[in-house]
Amino acid sequence: MGNSMTEQAQIPETQSPSASEEGKPDIIRVEHMHKWYGDFHVLQDLNLTVRQGERIVICGPSGSGKSTFIRCINRLEEHQKGKIIVDDVELTDDVRQIDTVRREVGMVFQHFNLFPHLTVLENCCLSPIWVRKIPRKEAEATAMEYLERVKIPDQANKYPGQLSGGQQQRVAIARALCMKPKIMLFDEPTSALDPEMIKEVLDVMIELAGSGMTMICVTHEMGFAKTVADRVIFMDGGEIVEEAPPHEFFNNPREPRTQKFLQQILQH
Amino acid sequence: MAESTMKPPRKTLGPIAWMRQHLFSTWYNSLLTLLVGYLIVTSVGPLLNWVFLDANFKGSEPGDCTGAGACWLFVSQRLNFFIYGFYPDELQWRVDVMFLLLAVAFVPQFIERFPGRKWLGLFGITGLPIIGYFLVPGGLLGLEPVETTKWGGLMLTLILAYIGILASLPIGILLALGRRSDMPIIRGLCVVFIEVWRAVPLITVLFMASVMLPLFLPEGMNFEKLLRALIGITLWQSAYMAEVIRGGLQAIPRGQYEAASALGLGYWKKMGLIILPQALKLVIPGIVNTFISLFKDTTLVLIIGLFDVLGTVQSTVTDPAWQNVAVEGYVFVAFCFWIFCFGISRYSQNLERKLDTGHKT
Repeated sequence: MGNSMTEQAQIPETQSPSASEEGKPDIIRVEHMHKWYGDFHVLQDLNLTVRQGERIVICGPSGSGKSTFIRCINRLEEHQKGKIIVDDVELTDDVRQIDTVRREVGMVFQHFNLFPHLTVLENCCLSPIWVRKIPRKEAEATAMEYLERVKIPDQANKYPGQLSGGQQQRVAIARALCMKPKIMLFDEPTSALDPEMIKEVLDVMIELAGSGMTMICVTHEMGFAKTVADRVIFMDGGEIVEEAPPHEFFNNPREPRTQKFLQQILQH
Repeated sequence: MAESTMKPPRKTLGPIAWMRQHLFSTWYNSLLTLLVGYLIVTSVGPLLNWVFLDANFKGSEPGDCTGAGACWLFVSQRLNFFIYGFYPDELQWRVDVMFLLLAVAFVPQFIERFPGRKWLGLFGITGLPIIGYFLVPGGLLGLEPVETTKWGGLMLTLILAYIGILASLPIGILLALGRRSDMPIIRGLCVVFIEVWRAVPLITVLFMASVMLPLFLPEGMNFEKLLRALIGITLWQSAYMAEVIRGGLQAIPRGQYEAASALGLGYWKKMGLIILPQALKLVIPGIVNTFISLFKDTTLVLIIGLFDVLGTVQSTVTDPAWQNVAVEGYVFVAFCFWIFCFGISRYSQNLERKLDTGHKT
């Protein structure tokens, strides 16, 4: 669907994937993680290690648990078994540890979730000021920098309700970046957008990927996966079915379930 | 976008065309227009006559009231009692200072461009009650004490309503948050509190506060009737307030909570900066509704022997010296309540307009 669009997007000179990340420390470790909703076993024995600066795309059919999985990484969802360690902090019931992790992990949602009662600039400054205790002036300067990076500095004093979907999502990305996170999580960031707005958001994400940010991205944009991902993870039925570099994943999928999924989304 | 010179079609009509379209479009519309016109002419005229033209404003005794109109003399002669109750004449300046401060703090809230409006409002909900706490009862700082049994009239109505409103909002917010808490004990306590207080009529609360509570309290721990009534009104009102606010909290999409959490905001910052500002804005009409009904419900303190503005009027209209002044008295009371309630309502509409950022997530 969005393939052709991503291919047109200008790709910054990305270092050859994965090669540069060799030897970098692990920043996320998920070990034998399980999650249940009531009796329903949504996530089954997930294992994943992410090195600093790695870009990972998670795909899979709807209901496969991919969103639930990345929401576990900043504890928006609780896991019941196994371990999740983010930047050397293990996620447990300890609220302080959760807050420590959340400060370092930015998240972008499918439905943007901007704060409608605050202006774009206030949305971006809120958390730096209240959580990081950065002086307002400084926080605003940083926010403007990031708004420029997502190419909407001129909308800084508008309210989210006055922006288009694509602009809102770019603000949401800037808002997350203002916390200077070490990791960015994207939960289907383009799924709620009109087709003509997908590209502007993907462009920003590609630019971000080029800057060396650690990214985990749940998306159906296969073009994006091909261009920026170091690894593509395919999930189905709450399990990680296959994990491979993009060229291998798209050209020689090993698992029959992956082959079937790729056939369904790529043929049209 | 290309600049267009085309204007939207004009929709204004001349007065005759407007009347033709809106008042006389069909035969039954014409009939209704004539009927309503007749009623207005026959009722408003006499009303104006009664209130203004035939009314008596001058004089000092009941005998000065002649003519068919209203006897406003009654109100102006007893105005002091209606406003201050039995508060001693020579100390009434203290109450006047409070009235003045109240006006200084809140009247500018209606003027959009008034400088320092926010600070005056802030003073109104912080400094004002503190000053009032020292000034009105006296007893400290060399001020002669005035027992609460002497308080009455409009002053008492305003004290009850003001403190009730001011205290019930924060308590209501805490109860609403508690009722949605993940912690079972806190949630349970809040549910019990809300359901008990809300299910009891205010009259019962007031009776309990004035008659029963002293029986349960240990000897010597008895405190004033007014304070007991105030606590009763506040707690009763905060149960209502909690449910109004809970409605607002429930209307905030889960994504807002998640986005705030994902940014690392803890519970109180998340609630104070993200959720409550939106939730409270949504339920302004409900909150104001509760405020206004509280304002009017303060008249019920009459049954425990406190004389609010209605109480003072009611006790005077039976004065045999003045004949048939009940209507004037009650019209005056109605006017007092209307002024304040209408003010609250207007202010809330201003606030809603100002806070509208045109976005519903």
